[in-house]
Amino acid sequence: MDLTFSAEDEAFRVEVRDWLETQLSGEYRELRGIGGPGDEHVAFEARRVWEKHLGAAGYTCLGWPREYGGRALKLTQQMIYFEEYARARAPGRLGHIGEELLGPTLIAFGSDAQKKRFLPPIVRGEQFWCQGYSEPNAGSDLASVRTRAVRDDDSWLITGQKTWTSLAHYSDWAFVLCRTDDAAPKHKGISYLLVPMRQPGITVRPIQQMTGTSEFNEVFFENAHTDADLVVGEVNAGWKVAMGTLAFERGASTLGQQLNFQNELNAIVAIAKENGASQDPVLRQRLSQAIIGLRVMRYHALRTLSLMQGGQLAREAMISKLYWATWHRELGKLAMDVLGARSEIAEESAAGTYDLTALQRLFLFSRSDTIYAGSNEIQRNILAERALGMPLEPRSLTAPTAATAKSPEKIS
Amino acid sequence: MNFAFTPEQEEMRRGARRFLGACSSSEHVRAAMQSPTGFDERVWRRIANELGWPALVIPEEHGGVGLSYVELVAILEETGRTLLCAPLFSTVCLATNAILAAASPSQKNQYLGAIAAGELTAALAVSEPAGKWDSSGIHASARPLASGGFALDGTKSFVVDGHTAGLLVIAARRPGSMGDDGVSLFAVAPNTPGLSRHARVTMDATRKLSDIELRDVRIPSSALLGELGQGWKPLSHALDLAAVALAAEQVGGAQRCLDMAVAYANEREQFGRVIGSFQAIKHKCADMLVDVESARSASYYAGWAAAHSASELLVAAPLAKAYCSEAYFRCAGENIQIHGGVGFTWEHDAHLYFKRAKSSESLLGSPSYHRELVALRTGL
Ligand SMILES: Cc1cc2nc3c(=O)[nH]c(=O)nc-3n(C[C@H](O)[C@H](O)[C@H](O)COP(=O)(O)OP(=O)(O)OC[C@H]3O[C@@H](n4cnc5c(N)ncnc54)[C@H](O)[C@@H]3O)c2cc1C
Repeated sequence: MDLTFSAEDEAFRVEVRDWLETQLSGEYRELRGIGGPGDEHVAFEARRVWEKHLGAAGYTCLGWPREYGGRALKLTQQMIYFEEYARARAPGRLGHIGEELLGPTLIAFGSDAQKKRFLPPIVRGEQFWCQGYSEPNAGSDLASVRTRAVRDDDSWLITGQKTWTSLAHYSDWAFVLCRTDDAAPKHKGISYLLVPMRQPGITVRPIQQMTGTSEFNEVFFENAHTDADLVVGEVNAGWKVAMGTLAFERGASTLGQQLNFQNELNAIVAIAKENGASQDPVLRQRLSQAIIGLRVMRYHALRTLSLMQGGQLAREAMISKLYWATWHRELGKLAMDVLGARSEIAEESAAGTYDLTALQRLFLFSRSDTIYAGSNEIQRNILAERALGMPLEPRSLTAPTAATAKSPEKIS
Repeated sequence: MNFAFTPEQEEMRRGARRFLGACSSSEHVRAAMQSPTGFDERVWRRIANELGWPALVIPEEHGGVGLSYVELVAILEETGRTLLCAPLFSTVCLATNAILAAASPSQKNQYLGAIAAGELTAALAVSEPAGKWDSSGIHASARPLASGGFALDGTKSFVVDGHTAGLLVIAARRPGSMGDDGVSLFAVAPNTPGLSRHARVTMDATRKLSDIELRDVRIPSSALLGELGQGWKPLSHALDLAAVALAAEQVGGAQRCLDMAVAYANEREQFGRVIGSFQAIKHKCADMLVDVESARSASYYAGWAAAHSASELLVAAPLAKAYCSEAYFRCAGENIQIHGGVGFTWEHDAHLYFKRAKSSESLLGSPSYHRELVALRTGL
């Protein structure tokens, strides 16, 4: 057991820290602290430029193999990068879905041609992706997707509806789970398609969230096209690929977010010290509990990192999503309780706009942490079944009835 | 960066598990907890002679093997898993740590060799009837005598294995002093005139607690460990180390509760199916797993800090104690719930873990006390 970073790791940390500091004190000064959950609508154009700048400097996709433009850095250094990125309060990433979800999925399951075509622009920070999984009738029960793709000469024709699609309105491409065989059992008739977003067959409609902002969207497909060879994995074997993506979503990519949490916690502690909440016996205990919870999250990440050097997600790592989501949701409530009456008052801004403070956004947005990427209940099912070997939930194995094409007009 | 145990450490853990499987079964624990001493002398001899646990963290120059807290944490996870009844926690995790932290080299030689060899057991007497574990809880007085030496007066409580220990390390203060100032540690033979001790009946019978009465107990100046009046600092460090040790035990206990619960849930049938197929039960088990694995990370980190980083230990120790205490208690409670009526019986082991979880939660100070330490030490 050696919990110190090697000299090489420390040197890398200094390199990343210095680079970020230089950029965010100079040309990209305005971007510090911008973007991220609840704040995705802010400064999109400037952040798009930042993404390319990151790519050009070699600060995207650090763990990817060199042949696809990555730097093949080990997990420890990837984690250091994420930590420094958060510590510097660098802008919320736009390319993270491509970098953390699609990229690793293609590296694991994609064809050579797919890798050559899609990985380099993600590394360069030029191409943004969204995740087209959930539908109105397929949420936790993802295998019930009805959006349907049929082959037509050299392309797929896609019809149906996705929903809650984060950042679809900014995205160039989507990875979409489609039903390609109605007759097969429901997990066996799904394919994983790569679909260009900017085409006549696709309509994106933002959904306003409880935060007042719109980070996620409805996406309507009416005979949308994609090339025949843009299926990841085999046709009708997309479930396996989709589950692979979810493992990435729940695994390595959450390791660095703790520094963002640390920034939030620091802000709350500073307020508590200033307004006296830190001397309230109950709030003081809760603040300490939050400090403890975040440190344990870090220790756990370090431990699972060691276990993951072998490559696969260990049983110990499977608790991470449930743990951090629950902790973070509690932090959001604590922020409001520390603020007391002031928690009600939003930013001073033009009358009539619903412009929330960062901590109000934390409070509201953290309610979604326990829903997306596998809700807390689904996480508990997974832990019980896969980590503890308990009986499986009863589940229907038949495919849902085929989708009827709904246009956006008809929906509203 | 590597959080894993070495193959040698893993082998020690497996050795501990094998030994405890044979010598700390439910029958052993029940026999020991009903005996007056609270442990089986023969098992303790074997622990000392065959496994060398009392010598583990004692440096080689004082007759020990000089391994680190990382190894100790791995072993204590196993002893906690089986509720081992032995003077291990009192001797190694409390008294030895206090002696290591406070005593002069010659005093270390005097006591630690015998402890390492398993010839001497020791207890640490800090807390008093009010049950506090900070310096404000120490009222017992050490009055300097004109002839040299000291006279001790006061009452010590919640002294783990205090009724059987061959050596008592007692915290007392200079008359009139307050807080951290004026606290000293004394190594006292239990048969010193004026000292009386008696074991209390404890709800958790697997860990014996004693009261120690001090009535004009006259001890020579050589009994003073380290500097007069400067004992709180080393004592506080020793208590941090003890907290890390206790947290490791708690992780082992919590893991055992989870294992028992899952095994039972997968076998007990109601409504024509195993109760483990009900989501209410599955989700309890999943939450227990979260508790166990996160607590384990806290415990291992604290173990590493105990071995390698005094500054990290300051926060990691109370953190681990607060966190693992609550994790263990929740798991022990859910284990009873998942077992239903049989979990409420004396015959089933669930209550042994439940009671140990509760007693461990208050030993060395409650979770809220340890959270306060975290608050203070992180500058809140
Ligand atoms: C902020 C945000 C961003 C999102 N971004 C995306 C995105 O980019 N792409 C995308 O595809 N999706 C996205 N989602 C959708 C997300 O994946 C789904 O919301 C999630 O899978 C839950 O599905 P649902 O909303 O249909 O709820 P449901 O599945 O209907 O769940 C409702 C409730 O029932 C519980 N429940 C469901 N099944 C079970 C069960 N078997 N056992 C016990 N309880 C159960 C759930 O835990 C939940 O409490 C996003 C969601 C949010 C909130």
